[in-house]
Amino acid sequence: MSEPISALNHASFSGIAMVEECGLQGMITLRGDLSDKVLAKAVKDATGQKVPAQREVLVKGDTGVAWMSTDELLVLVPYAEVEAKLADMAGALSGTHALAVNVSDARAVFSVSGPSAREVLGKVAPVELSAEAFQPGQIRRSRLAQVAGAFWMDDAETFRVVCFRSAADYVFNLLKVAAQPGSEVGVY
Amino acid sequence: MSTRLAKQGRLIDRSKKVTFTFNGTSMQGYEGDTLASALLANDQMMMGRSFKYHRPRGVVASGAEEPNALVGLGQGNRFEPNQRATTTEVFNGLTATSQNHWPNLEFDIGAVNTALARFLPAGFYYKTFIHPKPFWKHVYEPIIRRSAGLGKAPDKDNRDADTYEHFYAFTDVLVVGGGVAGLQAAKAAAQSGAKVLLIEQTAHWGGRAPVDGGTVNGEPVDKFVEQLVSELETMGNVTMRSRCMGAGIYDHGYVLGYERLSDHTPGVQGPRHRLWRIRAKQVVTATGAIERSLSFAGNDVPGVMLASAMRDYVVNWGVTPGDRVIVATNNDDAYRTAITLKQAGVDVLRIVDARATAGPLAEEARQLGIRVDPGKAIAKVKGGKRVKKVAICNQEGVGGAREEVEADAVAMSGGWSPVVHLWSHCGGKLIWDEAHAHFRPDPDRPPLGADGKGFVLAAGSSNGPLALADVLKDADAAGKAAGKAVGHTPKRTKAPVGETTAEAPMEAVWLMPANADIQLRMKSWLDFQNDVKVSDVQLAAREGYESVEHTKRYTTLGMATDQGKLSNINGLAILADALESEIPKVGTTTFRPPYTPISMGAIGGEARGDVFQPIRRTPMHNWHDKNGADWEPVGHWRRTYAYVRPGESVHDAVNREVKNTRENLGLLDASTLGKLIVKGPDAGKFLDMMYTNMMSTLKVGKCRYGLMCSENGFLIDDGVVARIDEDTWLCHTTTGGAERIHGHMEEWLQTEWWDWKVYVANVTEQYAQVAVVGPNARKVLEKLGGMDVSKEVLPFMEWRDGKIGAFDCRAYRISFSGELSYEIAVPASQGQAFWDALIEAGKEFGVMPYGTECLHILRAEKGFIMIGDETDGTVIPQDLGLHWALSKKKDDYLGKRAHSRSHMADPERWKLVGLETVDGSVLPDGAYAVGEGVNANGQRNMIGRVTSTYYSANLGKGIAMGLIKHGPDRMGEIVEFPGTDDKIYKAKIVDPIFFDKDGEKQNV
Repeated sequence: MSEPISALNHASFSGIAMVEECGLQGMITLRGDLSDKVLAKAVKDATGQKVPAQREVLVKGDTGVAWMSTDELLVLVPYAEVEAKLADMAGALSGTHALAVNVSDARAVFSVSGPSAREVLGKVAPVELSAEAFQPGQIRRSRLAQVAGAFWMDDAETFRVVCFRSAADYVFNLLKVAAQPGSEVGVY
Repeated sequence: MSTRLAKQGRLIDRSKKVTFTFNGTSMQGYEGDTLASALLANDQMMMGRSFKYHRPRGVVASGAEEPNALVGLGQGNRFEPNQRATTTEVFNGLTATSQNHWPNLEFDIGAVNTALARFLPAGFYYKTFIHPKPFWKHVYEPIIRRSAGLGKAPDKDNRDADTYEHFYAFTDVLVVGGGVAGLQAAKAAAQSGAKVLLIEQTAHWGGRAPVDGGTVNGEPVDKFVEQLVSELETMGNVTMRSRCMGAGIYDHGYVLGYERLSDHTPGVQGPRHRLWRIRAKQVVTATGAIERSLSFAGNDVPGVMLASAMRDYVVNWGVTPGDRVIVATNNDDAYRTAITLKQAGVDVLRIVDARATAGPLAEEARQLGIRVDPGKAIAKVKGGKRVKKVAICNQEGVGGAREEVEADAVAMSGGWSPVVHLWSHCGGKLIWDEAHAHFRPDPDRPPLGADGKGFVLAAGSSNGPLALADVLKDADAAGKAAGKAVGHTPKRTKAPVGETTAEAPMEAVWLMPANADIQLRMKSWLDFQNDVKVSDVQLAAREGYESVEHTKRYTTLGMATDQGKLSNINGLAILADALESEIPKVGTTTFRPPYTPISMGAIGGEARGDVFQPIRRTPMHNWHDKNGADWEPVGHWRRTYAYVRPGESVHDAVNREVKNTRENLGLLDASTLGKLIVKGPDAGKFLDMMYTNMMSTLKVGKCRYGLMCSENGFLIDDGVVARIDEDTWLCHTTTGGAERIHGHMEEWLQTEWWDWKVYVANVTEQYAQVAVVGPNARKVLEKLGGMDVSKEVLPFMEWRDGKIGAFDCRAYRISFSGELSYEIAVPASQGQAFWDALIEAGKEFGVMPYGTECLHILRAEKGFIMIGDETDGTVIPQDLGLHWALSKKKDDYLGKRAHSRSHMADPERWKLVGLETVDGSVLPDGAYAVGEGVNANGQRNMIGRVTSTYYSANLGKGIAMGLIKHGPDRMGEIVEFPGTDDKIYKAKIVDPIFFDKDGEKQNV
């Protein structure tokens, strides 16, 4: 295997928040019956986590699982382990109607961090991001201005933002504009 | 003259001088001034010229309702036309220029229009310029465009120097307006526990109540405002934003707030404007009221002003618009202006009150020595660029027996109209209040939310009450009601008690004097911004315009940036009178957002420059860019049209790529092609429904080209399908089709075949896909080493997983060019490295990357169709000779039933053929083939059109495909294609496969 390179190769920007491309993250799209025990076990084996509830994300570092829809999860594993984890999962689910597929290379991941991180996201996503409404442990699939995106919080001041790889450049530039110096809104 | 007073000016800081220019003249003001107050302080009464007649105009109001004082603000990349002087805060270095004049403000050639006014009545343009037709475009329009219109557009080469942004905000209660009503409503709502967002368009809290005076709970109004503001600031559930206008209210509690962050400090870091996209469960509109003008002759002469505005200039900014002022009114409130002026040392010559009696304020005025004339009216104001004389007559009558008084300013008050704009934006209805002669919100017919309940409450004077005591009570109740509506329990508190001098009732005065003759009515302005006079509305009524909406458009009453803030009620009243109807019966025009114009920058938000639109990039995008890519947009993707080398034209590059790919080796970045994984026990059955041909029988390891139709039978996509394992297929879609076809599949699975066991995933971007094409394709792959790509192990239309060089890959032996061809998919993160390896290894085999135009030419040489070229949403497979791809074995597939409809089976449908010009030239794209005769519109009958047309360097001539009536039966015939260049192109109908008919080249 040749050295894999993420879409923006760890580009970063510092404004009212720090915006960084995080590099490659192992990601598996898992579709199936989320109440199925076999599927739950496969998720547990791969991530150590239970099946998340609606709009829930259970993640530690680069391992975890996020709720995507009523029949879809996003399984997060270290990039280097994704093929092995996928094979295990496919094996465990061989008798079950489910689809597990590697989408690690189809995505770009950013972190947006700092006291104004909520406001930066609040400029590009039509989502209520006040501390009462949005906390670590929640995930939102929404839009980032003109493209699809998803995000959750690693901690009280850090967002992890996922978009399609082809839009990485757009999303990075978008977050740069939203984080431009002097643009604090002052509400969150 | 208008001048700065020695005292007063609650909003200015006299210790901070500010220098600015107006039409190039340097002037001074104070921090806290608006441009309007600063201009008045410099005796600049005339601020622009009117729209139609180019009459001199001065400022008439003091806030957002100002119709006249519109200026061009800033320079170069910060120039912006039509900015209200009354809402522009001055700053050091501000530059403003007046509008609507040529060559200059003082002397204007267009003012001749005013002399011609009797020839320019309402509807003049409609009446005059209809005939003769060509005159409009070449004679009238250029002249009118020069003389009409407001400010100039910014220079086309300038680029806005500032940035803008949106912000999504969510709240329980949004209060629009930070006057005493808004502040009190916000407090009452917040005390219930609701989350409150309070926005105010100006830089100050408290609205106009501190100017109007009175007491609240026994204290002066400013004190009350100060306390209330600091109280709200300490409440954790309240967010307050000044300089943020409620621009519009829309369905589902969606409200736009327009925040002007740095208009008063241009050039500071950060965005200039921020558009708040607010979702509120309840909205309280505390937008205040606007004073109406009085319709008397010459009411537009600079120096004639709303009484409340004049009071504002004195109290807020310490400026008096004149030395000798006459006040004209139909209500008690204007007496406050007279008293304020007098107390500031200005000579108030008299108060002309159209009513017979006034309230206690009149007594107060008299005690100050002001003459009060009951039952009187202004017959006419004389003066050009400034008020000189005022002719006074009886209100009852036609305006005779005048007494002339020398004066330099007139304050007028025709009563007050609640600002019902925001209430009305989303459907709130109004009722006519006879006592105050105004429309106010009908509490029983508010804008309705999704639950059928009202989601907007009006509060304070925007709801009708005008006296301070009533305003505070009303606002307190509205705030509590809003809190309750969002599920909280309001606190049992008492509303603050406001006290002001009692007022006698106003009397509706729509014309001054009541029976003014035509000479006076032709000079009595209703709409200052659009130059509409009393006589214009009366003329419209006489000409049969009964609907207020029609009258608006015919006369231009209430149009443009003004939106009838001043003119609305006065215009309606005149129309009602002319129609011998009543005002509520005539009704009002529709108030539409935005309340006042908001900047285009704010609407666009961040979407400009780099992030104007997302551009999707493949993993090899940067390489293409560095290697001469001439880009072509394909959906949001950018694909390389051709790789242009130094010294080459794009056309040269395409020809080189076309020849090289057929003769040596070409590489195409095919990463953008859609890739959908379809998996499950019912996946085969599902794909048999999706595609017109059979996919369930495809063997693992093999590929099949498939067509997709909509349920109406029209082609929507095509691509190669590969069977990965027993339960899994990978479907390639067109570049533009990936998301669309993914959605199409999901829709059928979720809505129709929800019980089928199938999952779909879009893995388009997981892979970088490279087409390795040409006679040397196998050689380069073999050189890189790894999997066996021989004809025996990897035959045409099969795929294998394996390794090429250092790369894990899936290799498909498919061809869209007719050449020996592999499409190799590698993980996207290794795409660039794989591409580099191919370029390096391919050097000895004559490798060249090729772009989409080469791809198109190669496929056209082979007669392969392209979705979007040969199809346009009306084309079915049968039109393209693709009968072979329509399964006869299957009971059903999407489109099958539609194909049996009579029109689909019609032999007259245009069919695909090849086209070759008789002289080898290239047919124009999209050209129509013409047949005998003409249609009902006198146009040539059409018998077909060109769908794809190229110059083929391989064949040395133009080649094309087209859809022609009875085409396949007319081989060898010549058809005519008139071009848009007046030439007629002649082309022979031929077989669409121009190159390697038997497919020998791809099958090696």
